[in-house]
Amino acid sequence: MQYVFKRALLLIFTIWIALTINFLLPRAMPGNPAQVMIAKYRGRIRPEAIEALEIAFGVDSDRTVFQQYIDYLKRMVTGDFGISVTFYPANVSEVLSQSIFWTIGLLGVTTIISFLLGIRLGIWSGWRRDSPLSTTTIFIALFLNSTPYFWVALIAVYVFGLQLGWFPLSGAYASGVTGWRFIGSVLYHAILPALTIIITATGGWILTMRNNMLSVLQEDYISFAKAKGLPEKVIISEYAARNAILPSFTGFAMALGFIVGGSLITETVFNYPGVGYMLYQSVLNIDYPLMQALFLFIMITVLVANFIADLTYSLLDPRIRTGGGV
Amino acid sequence: MRSLVIFFKNNKALSGFIILLIFVIIAIFAPFISPYSPTSKSFLPLQPPSRAHLLGTDATGQDIFSQVIWGTRLSLSVGMLTGAITTLIAISIGLISGYFGGAVDNILMLITNAILVIPGLPLMIVIASYFPIRGTSVIILVISLTGWAWGARVLRSQVLSLKEREFVLSSKMLGESPFHIIFVDILPNMLGIIFANFFGATVSAVLSEAGLEFLGLGDVNAISWGTILFWAQNNMALYLGAWQWIFIPGLCISLLGVSFALMNFGVDEIVNPKLRSRG
Repeated sequence: MQYVFKRALLLIFTIWIALTINFLLPRAMPGNPAQVMIAKYRGRIRPEAIEALEIAFGVDSDRTVFQQYIDYLKRMVTGDFGISVTFYPANVSEVLSQSIFWTIGLLGVTTIISFLLGIRLGIWSGWRRDSPLSTTTIFIALFLNSTPYFWVALIAVYVFGLQLGWFPLSGAYASGVTGWRFIGSVLYHAILPALTIIITATGGWILTMRNNMLSVLQEDYISFAKAKGLPEKVIISEYAARNAILPSFTGFAMALGFIVGGSLITETVFNYPGVGYMLYQSVLNIDYPLMQALFLFIMITVLVANFIADLTYSLLDPRIRTGGGV
Repeated sequence: MRSLVIFFKNNKALSGFIILLIFVIIAIFAPFISPYSPTSKSFLPLQPPSRAHLLGTDATGQDIFSQVIWGTRLSLSVGMLTGAITTLIAISIGLISGYFGGAVDNILMLITNAILVIPGLPLMIVIASYFPIRGTSVIILVISLTGWAWGARVLRSQVLSLKEREFVLSSKMLGESPFHIIFVDILPNMLGIIFANFFGATVSAVLSEAGLEFLGLGDVNAISWGTILFWAQNNMALYLGAWQWIFIPGLCISLLGVSFALMNFGVDEIVNPKLRSRG
């Protein structure tokens, strides 16, 4: 219980850090970047909106940075992210809530599939370490782990979209369909982006899981299990994999960071209207309110996912719960 | 010297090193290898691969093969430089945190753990887009500032275990300065893990660089693999059937990544005997 409490405190602390980074970044840059944005949009959007932007980014303000910071925290907590200058007059919250759905769906499903797939393949290739098939798998995994997601996405677009014509090239759904046909269309549009992320992300999980397996297989209790004549299946699943899987959770934070980064760029290749695509749009249009909100959302999602991974880890490893060892 | 021999005896490390060597040679001799100037726009645009243009020409009539050859210079040097800077930051934080312990350690590790869980690429995108200028130096800065956390944590735990060994304790008893203990006693024993870290950091630097450049957040007028891909995508290369314009630069990025990943793997096997194959 103490572990969960500590983790929850860390979660709150890192969310606060994330909020603060988001506040400080534009203010720490040489030449106030918000001024560039305001100059660009002056006359294109209502004066009240310009004024709101000036207040939000502390341009021409007589308020101290600390007061601005308090105001900012208040606005973030109440979900008031201001207006999006790109999708004017839409609110940032509206744009955000529309794009969240797509990213959570795509990213959630692909992360879980690639994790499970990678773990399985890693267990297998660690156990059969000297077989040619295992060696080949490792080299493919090594290659995928060093490959940009967007490049895999581009190749998928070219081969399966343009050449074979099996899948749509961009977007998340066909326009003008409703009901079950809409759901079908959503799934159909998600296949290529999902495959891209799964194929690329699985590589990393295979590599870490295989290395963990190799370490665990050297342990005495594995030799003992073999000497006892236990069936291979039992040794793999009950003895080796159970322990080998634990370090995968400690590396989860970094791995998830890579997957999130990769899938955000993948969205831009497929014009998939999720958070990554919107982040790219906000960068192109110097839409800082939107960019801030999206970035904050991405950070908090990853932090919460890590929190869940930590809790799962503590369920799997009793040493964590009781505070002994590691 | 002995560790170098061990390094090159490892098949994975050796093959990684050979791939890197090929890219280094291409980068150094780019003016002699590339048939044309990479910026010359004097050819017919969008030609398919031919003997005159091995990879065809791009939308503005530049020779793609020459661009890929010249692009090696920037992609390779930015990747390695960024990997090196990232590793230096990681070493500094890891050593200070691990050696001095106490409050310093607590604060540094709190920061490290916070940075570790913040996804790197979105942070890089945001910082790069706030920056008043776009350029290669911004990319190097942004990637190194956001990528050191994992290395710092790994190196710190290594320092923690080395700190308790007899030879370090006896140095302390002899009254050696912390400077001496850190740089003469501890650091040389961490070379394996430092190199593994450098290789790993370079892989992610190469990938992050490519990603940022692909999004147009680098210097779009510089010639690197990432910017070639940026222009290819902006000119709808795939829709025009110019698949080689995308395929080859991307493959180069992967292969450069693979070369460092293989060396990383090799060092891992050397440092951790449990990973070595029994052959």
